[in-house]
Amino acid sequence: MKPSEMPIERHTIAVLVANEPGVLARVIGLFSGRGYNIESLTVSEVDEVNARSRITIVTSGTPMVIEQIKAQLFRLVPVYDVHDLTQEGPHLSRELALVKVRNVGDHRIEALRIADTFRARAIDSTLESFVFELTGGTEKLDAFIDLMAALGEVEVSRTGVVAIARGADLQMPLVRRKVVRRKPRPPAAAD
Amino acid sequence: MAQPRSSNPRRPAAPTTMSGAAIILKALQDQGVEVVFGYPGGAVLPIYDELFKTNAVRHILVRHEQAAVHAAEGYARSTGKVGVVLVTSGPGATNAVTGLTDALMDSIPIVCLTGQVPTHLIGNDAFQEADTTGITRPCTKHNYLVREPGQLARVMHEAFYVASHGRPGPVVIDLPKDILFADCPYIEASEVETKSYRPQVKGDTTAIERAVELIAKAKRPIFYGGGGLINAGPKASKLFTEFVHKTGYPATLTLMGLGAIPATDDRFLGMLGMHGTYEANWAMHECDVMVCIGARFDDRVTGRLSDFSPNAKKIHVDIDASSINKNVPVDIPIVGDAGVVLEQMLAVWKAKGYQADQAALSKWWKRIEGWRSRKCLAYRPSPDVILPQHAIRRLYEKTRGMDCYITTEVGQHQMWAAQYFGFDEPNRWMTSGGLGTMGYGFPAAMGVQIAHPEALVIDIAGEASFLMNIQELSTMKQYDLPVKAFIINNQWMGMVRQWQELIHGGRYSESYSAALPDFVKVAEAFGGVGLRATKMSELDDVIDEMIATPRTVVADILVKQDENCFPMIPSGAAHHEMLLGPEDQAERRTSEEGMVLV
Repeated sequence: MKPSEMPIERHTIAVLVANEPGVLARVIGLFSGRGYNIESLTVSEVDEVNARSRITIVTSGTPMVIEQIKAQLFRLVPVYDVHDLTQEGPHLSRELALVKVRNVGDHRIEALRIADTFRARAIDSTLESFVFELTGGTEKLDAFIDLMAALGEVEVSRTGVVAIARGADLQMPLVRRKVVRRKPRPPAAAD
Repeated sequence: MAQPRSSNPRRPAAPTTMSGAAIILKALQDQGVEVVFGYPGGAVLPIYDELFKTNAVRHILVRHEQAAVHAAEGYARSTGKVGVVLVTSGPGATNAVTGLTDALMDSIPIVCLTGQVPTHLIGNDAFQEADTTGITRPCTKHNYLVREPGQLARVMHEAFYVASHGRPGPVVIDLPKDILFADCPYIEASEVETKSYRPQVKGDTTAIERAVELIAKAKRPIFYGGGGLINAGPKASKLFTEFVHKTGYPATLTLMGLGAIPATDDRFLGMLGMHGTYEANWAMHECDVMVCIGARFDDRVTGRLSDFSPNAKKIHVDIDASSINKNVPVDIPIVGDAGVVLEQMLAVWKAKGYQADQAALSKWWKRIEGWRSRKCLAYRPSPDVILPQHAIRRLYEKTRGMDCYITTEVGQHQMWAAQYFGFDEPNRWMTSGGLGTMGYGFPAAMGVQIAHPEALVIDIAGEASFLMNIQELSTMKQYDLPVKAFIINNQWMGMVRQWQELIHGGRYSESYSAALPDFVKVAEAFGGVGLRATKMSELDDVIDEMIATPRTVVADILVKQDENCFPMIPSGAAHHEMLLGPEDQAERRTSEEGMVLV
């Protein structure tokens, strides 16, 4: 199959980087300079002691492009580890959204009812507005925002996707918190 | 930001401190740096003061920062060491950008120190301020802005590690002026450990076994080597040649790989690609197993991808995983150092007692000899006008057996040099392959000559390219560098004109080198020697005199103006659609898809 005819896949990639100035610019510059897509990118320090940040990127491309993205990320000097969560197995993706909806009358009641269904919390309220806090997968957030938009004027702030693999394996463990349990020594051989 | 590793028992209780500038000089010495190419300015004065006081490292004062980087590239490419550059903030750094990009594209290890305004002024649009780390981020392998005195020594050592390990490349260290005055602790290179960048050197054993088995069973194999062989050190070239001989298979090299197998070796089919030989490109197209080592399936090499080597199983050895499966999907990828992997491959070949399939191989060679018999590089020397190919051929013949290094500029002369000058060893050929930087060759030759003072260093140039860094004649004079500029002067930007003929109906828009200076007088004005050959009868004498003159020489070789570079795969065409000469060109038109390609 020609590379151009390959199917487009969406992948969620987790990258462990040194938390140093310019590291995000390197990652973003890599994507823009080489023409890769970024659908979502989130970053936050996850290990203050060792100054490590975790970047979660949702990107799309042909399998060849996805492989390229991972190889290109991995050869950046401040990158410690790259994991393709989509490829490596089941994983969890979540976003947080703050949704402000401005409306009056029955629409306010309907908004609250829908928020309840979505398990969104009202964290701010005036007589003509609510701010809802909602977490969940991207599609759930999209659906909620669509419904709110039908009920009034809406302003949205979203975090983008954070993700982690299911199961007991730690792909990128925090080094400092790892407890090293020494195995009990085997009994000394009888002299 | 790295944390101090307080638990290290080897760490002395109180590290010695010295000024930032002194730290830089000490780190350069500890890294074995002998020479720095640079240009001073306000932001780097403390380093220059330290150079003056300690005299620890030799400094070569160039006449333009771009030339400093190219000189360091020439130095690095001809020695295998890291080239070092020192320039000031703002324009010093921005002038270096072309050189840095060139080094990135051709994987040349460079450490470039740039001055910066003091930390408290960064972001204030201060005099000679530029966002150097921002500007150079996409054109370096890595860059640093040193904001804390405590980081300086570590960054210096790490920069050399990053520049020279894995796929080599340029590294910039941006140095605010206050850091150069600040008291900084010194730490030894041995105490600096880079945890995140750990390139894989040894190839995967299983993949290598599969690859060698595939190589052994091949009926129509070809070795395709590139610049990675040169970067992996002379041993890699030896092993490559050994593997080629052990198997008896044909080999071709990219522009960057020339010299990895001797040009005189009868297994060598010549360079491949856009201006490669007929036999090399046809063998690539018809092969059943392709062994690519240290090359990257560049567009100049592959031609139209959809018809690139359609029936071959491909093995790709590269130290940079991102080069694999980038343009061409391969069957057996092997990440590792070219030299190390070749050693592993040879060990497997010997251990398993593999033998090439002689019957198939002799059939394959018969076909190759058929392509070879087309003699794609043949030309008819004219009795009076100098043909550019002939000028380079004569230069090659007259320098054979000498300790000779060749650099080039970019254009037709570059391709003719690659075609008609034979290289029997690695590190003898310096050219701007990936970026195609006009103005590269002359300063690069300067760097080569600094590294090899006794050698014959020749820049095969075009008259247009030579004008792009002609000011370095002044540097040559200052350091008495006997570099030779051998100008193939056709009074055209020849490659531009060739493409205008090919795809723009011969409308020569701005490609004529009008108002050329008298290069002989220019050479003399700068304190060098100028020579000129205008007809065939003068060519040999001028070459002889140029070689014999122990000074900077500019040899202006006036050649046939309308000669074009063949063979050629026009852009958008495939390996089996080569043009052998101008007769072919008239018959075929470039496809519309090809016209938009560069």
